[in-house]
Amino acid sequence: MSHFAQVVVELTILALSIFLGIEVISKVPTLLHTPLMSGTNAIHGIVIVGAILVAGLAHADTLTSWVGFVAVILGAANVVGGFVVTDRMLEMFKARKPRPPDDEGAE
Amino acid sequence: MSQNVSNMLYLVTIICFILALRFLSSPTTARHGTWVGAAGMAVAIGVTLAHSHLHIGWRIPVGAAIGAAFGAVGARRVKMTAMPQMVALFNGVGGGAAALVSLAEFHNLVPAAGRLHGDVALAIVLSGLIGSVSFAGSMVAFSKLQGLISGRPITYPGQQFVNLVLLAAVIAAGVAIVAGTERQWLLVALLLGSLVFGVLFVLPIGGADMPVVISLLNAFTGLAAAATGFELDSNVLIVSGALVGASGTLLTMLMSRAMNRSIGNVLFGAFGKVQAGAGAIAVEGTVRSVTAQDVGIMLAYAQKVIIVPGYGMAVAQAQHAVAELADVLEKKGIEVDYAIHPVAGRMPGHMNVLLAEANIPYESLREMDEINPQFAQTDVALVIGANDVVNPAARNEPGSPIYGMPILNVDQAKQVVVMKRSMATGFAGIDNPLFVEPQTSLLFGDAKESVLKLVSSVKSL
Repeated sequence: MSHFAQVVVELTILALSIFLGIEVISKVPTLLHTPLMSGTNAIHGIVIVGAILVAGLAHADTLTSWVGFVAVILGAANVVGGFVVTDRMLEMFKARKPRPPDDEGAE
Repeated sequence: MSQNVSNMLYLVTIICFILALRFLSSPTTARHGTWVGAAGMAVAIGVTLAHSHLHIGWRIPVGAAIGAAFGAVGARRVKMTAMPQMVALFNGVGGGAAALVSLAEFHNLVPAAGRLHGDVALAIVLSGLIGSVSFAGSMVAFSKLQGLISGRPITYPGQQFVNLVLLAAVIAAGVAIVAGTERQWLLVALLLGSLVFGVLFVLPIGGADMPVVISLLNAFTGLAAAATGFELDSNVLIVSGALVGASGTLLTMLMSRAMNRSIGNVLFGAFGKVQAGAGAIAVEGTVRSVTAQDVGIMLAYAQKVIIVPGYGMAVAQAQHAVAELADVLEKKGIEVDYAIHPVAGRMPGHMNVLLAEANIPYESLREMDEINPQFAQTDVALVIGANDVVNPAARNEPGSPIYGMPILNVDQAKQVVVMKRSMATGFAGIDNPLFVEPQTSLLFGDAKESVLKLVSSVKSL
């Protein structure tokens, strides 16, 4: 595939993903907006893939590999922190506990 | 692993991420979403490590271990009230990673003349610029929310001009790089300029506007990740970045709408500073102060109570006491709901997390549009540490700085009890006519202690 064709494919993917993102995100209730934010936060931790690729370049000079090293640290913190914090929050969201029958008038 | 196989596996990651966001549409499935997302992430990392040309060495495992340890400890230790600054911090490091990848990629490509395509150069410039702004801006947002620097807007004469000039210079450097000036110092200057711009951009924004800023910076990091995808020809980065960018943008618009302000006004308005001279509404009248015993009686003989929690409740760590009060009232057969304003707390949906932490079932947490018609049939509206979001001036006083902001109509309830530490104004620095309404009474004191007193007073009846 020519370089230009590749760019066009990538732009197509970008455009479709943005519309998909808007569709999916608009179905998330306000109740869950904080977990949504920290969840998407974890998802953009995918830059760790880029960080690994540059940190592990076979012919990298010192600068590239050190910059890549720091990028891997930041990316890993983003991924792990993002998912752990999101899970911690979502763990707390609980449905109403079934009450004893004589108490049911509350709702 | 062949390129085709790894691309197929990256597609698995993409599907996992989309499903993770789909699962977030309901609190019953949301937690599965996190696991599906994490699994997708693990696949992507595994595939990347299995790349045949990759030289793993010691830096990747050591770097990953350091980052993971930092992330895990931070995420485990953070208090739910401090969640906004934690999200800002993780957001910032993601942006920083994207900026560093662009620097490394540029450094790696530049020596061979003619290897840098215009579009790759553009992607490098964009991910470097946006990633750096996101990193620096998130760090300032973190420092403001953590109290390391003042949460007040920090302004000085000519600020907009300085920011504009700096941004123009950064963009000019970017244009030069894309046009073919493949000088490394130019990219380094661009990154440093973007970092300074990120700092200056967030400094004039006040603590109350942080929900908007954090979601905007979240979108920025997503876009930086997508740009990184164009540099490395990686679909998984493009899709993930675009999803995050869309999410952040949507939340930013939602938040500004809930504050009835344009995004431009939030970002460049330096709220408070500008409004100070614009004639704050002087509220006249006397407030009626009551005791916890009085309020206890009021609550015990009510049929429907709506609790309106604000950030003040979270600061006083009163959410567990509030949950206990609601429990006591429900045992007496009284209907208790919570009215959650979209900007309650310090980030979108923050208040829901704080109440969920206190084991309050999510069915009781009502959104503004759903609960507003119910205030007229409510016996007691209990306002705990909220101020601006219940200020009727937003509805009635065209001269008020918050005029037009959607609010919770607590003033329509038969009785309103406002729990306050003292007679100070809210975050926006506006007097609240609600406090002098005839149906309003004020209960002064620390929110947590006051609620505990209410619990024992209701129990004793």
